[in-house]
Amino acid sequence: MKAMLDFYFTQMKMAIQQQIQYRVANYFYMIGMIAEPVIYLVVWSTVARAQGGSVGGYTPGDFAAYYIVWTLVRNMNIVLTPYVWENYIQRGELSMELLRPLHPLHATLAYFSGWKFVMIAMWLPIAAILTIVFQPTLNPQLWSIAAFAVALWGGYLVRFMLLWLLGMITFWTTRVSAFFELYFTLELLFSGRLVPLSLMPQWVQQVAAFLPFQWAFGFTIELLLGKLTPAQALYGLGAQVFWTLLGLFFVNLLWRAALRRFSAVGA
Amino acid sequence: MNFFRLAWAYFRVGALNELQYRVNFFIQVFQSFLALGTGLVGLALVFNHTDSLSGWSRPELLAVMGIHILMGGLIKTTIQPNMERLMGDVQQGTLDYTLTRPADSQVLVSVREVRIWQVVDILMGLIVLLVALVQIQHRVGLWQALGFGIALVMGGLMIYCFWLMLTTGAFWVVRMDQIVELFQGVYQAGRWPVGIYPLWLRTGLTFLVPVAFAVTVPAEALTGRLTWQTMVGAAALTAFLFVLARWVWKTGLRNYTGASA
Repeated sequence: MKAMLDFYFTQMKMAIQQQIQYRVANYFYMIGMIAEPVIYLVVWSTVARAQGGSVGGYTPGDFAAYYIVWTLVRNMNIVLTPYVWENYIQRGELSMELLRPLHPLHATLAYFSGWKFVMIAMWLPIAAILTIVFQPTLNPQLWSIAAFAVALWGGYLVRFMLLWLLGMITFWTTRVSAFFELYFTLELLFSGRLVPLSLMPQWVQQVAAFLPFQWAFGFTIELLLGKLTPAQALYGLGAQVFWTLLGLFFVNLLWRAALRRFSAVGA
Repeated sequence: MNFFRLAWAYFRVGALNELQYRVNFFIQVFQSFLALGTGLVGLALVFNHTDSLSGWSRPELLAVMGIHILMGGLIKTTIQPNMERLMGDVQQGTLDYTLTRPADSQVLVSVREVRIWQVVDILMGLIVLLVALVQIQHRVGLWQALGFGIALVMGGLMIYCFWLMLTTGAFWVVRMDQIVELFQGVYQAGRWPVGIYPLWLRTGLTFLVPVAFAVTVPAEALTGRLTWQTMVGAAALTAFLFVLARWVWKTGLRNYTGASA
């Protein structure tokens, strides 16, 4: 256990030191990423104003809060992209990973956790600018801030497992990009990334309740915005645990089958 | 005419090369439909809650979306693959092979690559645009069609100049891979008419990243919103950006020492 903690800690430290070097690249990435919520924010604020100040219970200030918190949640959402698996498998890089005594999941999980600290530090000035420009209304209570801090990491774990599973499709077929795009489209619509789920038609909200996507996205944002009761918050955190464990279960299950299929050059 | 012969030769080779991979066509069609579906959902959601967005009706915004897809397809077939290759060449030092050729280097790096399957997006954009025009029921006169065509060409040229200048930055800052993400993020803003954005953002989308000229201005031409002042301004800016991009490229080249030299 202590060795494991040590391993995680070292990986995280390495990630921080590596990523701090690529500040410009990280910032370019972030600015490209921030364009998306700013577009949604402007469009929906325009709609809210045209509707006499609010739409679906969101005023322009609420939208500003939603989409600014969105940027933090989106940063926490970045995990190993499934496209990397193509390289892992085509170039046989996975063979090297498999030689290590630990499951490669640990190294990746730890590395991205460390990177998050760099991302959050770099995100702060961007959040400050967005706050000055868009004037969000945000008065969170103490308990929801605490729950939010936990939910950020819970959402990270949920999405980490989901995308790891998605990436593992590469073991079975090389035509993966169609799968990935389909997944990302579903996620966009059912997670609260495009608009707050409460603005979606009723049936979308009902379907979303059975899917994992919103627990890694919309739930976390609504938590900080004070749209949830303590009971709903607890339910959401529970859902995060549930989906993480379910994801882990399937990762384990598929991993064994996948390794039996995998034969790389040099392995 | 040398330029067109060269471009055509590269285009043919590139297209023939890509045509070998037929399955990629179906994957591209699938992805284009997904993107279209997402766009339509976004539009439907907005108009679920309102009747017009800053004076643009639903079919008019559909026309904007069509042009956005069309222009995106143009960028992804021609401009983006060339610039990505240029970035890769600078990083790996293989640009030297291109520079030693007798033809103009800027022409060469701009026409080498073509991703023919992205043409699906161009076609889909055209179809969406046609559907929108039928819905608008507004007769498009000869002048408006002409204005649209010219605005589209100028917009495309401006986007090319913008990309080339950014990519030339790779001569100084080697790692530029994130630029693709940056551009694609900002380009999404063009899906809506730039008039809805706050002034500072509108200015940025007009002069910094010329998304406004690439999408909104052609759409204005089709919906009878275009003034001749905008057209003259667009022409002036195109000429200016073209000269500037040429100058930046030349300066970059002079600074470039190569990897093997």
